Amino acid sequence: MQVTINGKPTTLSGPVSVTDLLRDMNIEGKVAVEINYAILPRSQFNEYQVSNGDVVEIVHAIGGG
Amino acid sequence: MKQPEDTLVIANKTYTSRLLVGTGKYRDFNETREAIEASGAQIVTIAIRRTNIGQNKDEKNLLDYIPADKYTLLPNTAGCYDAESAVRTCRLARELLDGYDLVKLEVLGDQKTLYPDIPATLEAATILVNEGFKVMVYTNDDPIMAKRFEQLGCVAVMPLAAPIGSGLGIRNPYNIRTIVENASVPILVDAGVGTASDAAIAMELGCDGVLMNTAIAEAKNPVLMASAMKKGIQAGREAYLAGRMPRRAFASASSPIDGTFFGS
Repeated sequence: MQVTINGKPTTLSGPVSVTDLLRDMNIEGKVAVEINYAILPRSQFNEYQVSNGDVVEIVHAIGGG
Repeated sequence: MKQPEDTLVIANKTYTSRLLVGTGKYRDFNETREAIEASGAQIVTIAIRRTNIGQNKDEKNLLDYIPADKYTLLPNTAGCYDAESAVRTCRLARELLDGYDLVKLEVLGDQKTLYPDIPATLEAATILVNEGFKVMVYTNDDPIMAKRFEQLGCVAVMPLAAPIGSGLGIRNPYNIRTIVENASVPILVDAGVGTASDAAIAMELGCDGVLMNTAIAEAKNPVLMASAMKKGIQAGREAYLAGRMPRRAFASASSPIDGTFFGS
């Protein structure tokens, strides 16, 4: 299935929870996630299955003014 | 004479420091942390960006260096050129910071000036205030717009003193003073300060605080400049509270005129 993660078209073998997706991507620090332009609360990371066509944004804090 | 403690209150939280600092443009996170400590700042801005795909597991995290239990983290919307991106950034920031809803709203007009796009900033501020965010808004030095943002429910209004990252200092002290005189929310100079005397001037004009990043991070010695800024802010604030002497066109002798042993 095709999804977009942080602006990049990505092929995944099938639906996957956000928790598993973050683990597969080696993302360990604190992040916030948006699915199809809406916030996905951290409490739903285990439950929500990323599905075909989803637009996923994964963000974190960096230095800025 | 002992003065009562002078504090800054933003969104019902009390701060003893009036210097707010950014975390961008530093050599590394250690330098960021040292400069912030030297500045004495209690409110620290951060930016929200995409994580790197295929990230190195050991990559360091800014939030480990500026812990949320020690500082008030102020996520910004830097890099947003429309209201929708700014609102999405704030929602992501609130989720990232476990519901903490203080944000620095900036919606930029173009890359050359980094001046605020005021109509877009108004649009974003309206949405964010309605969603319960506590908005500290970056704006130009227009007293009418500053009042408009206050009336809209922003918790602090932050006029630029000069373009972001320019270090040109307070270009229009008369407007900054007018904004301060009209305001009933904290007014903070955000952007344009270059050195400690600029920060002192902002405070002497009656500003409640100054937010800066480049002036510290791009100094040859950022940690020393952070310390200088802390003192500049304190000196300017005390001078404002003390009330300066009037300006005169001619001299006024400091020593008594009477009782000299020479002359008649």
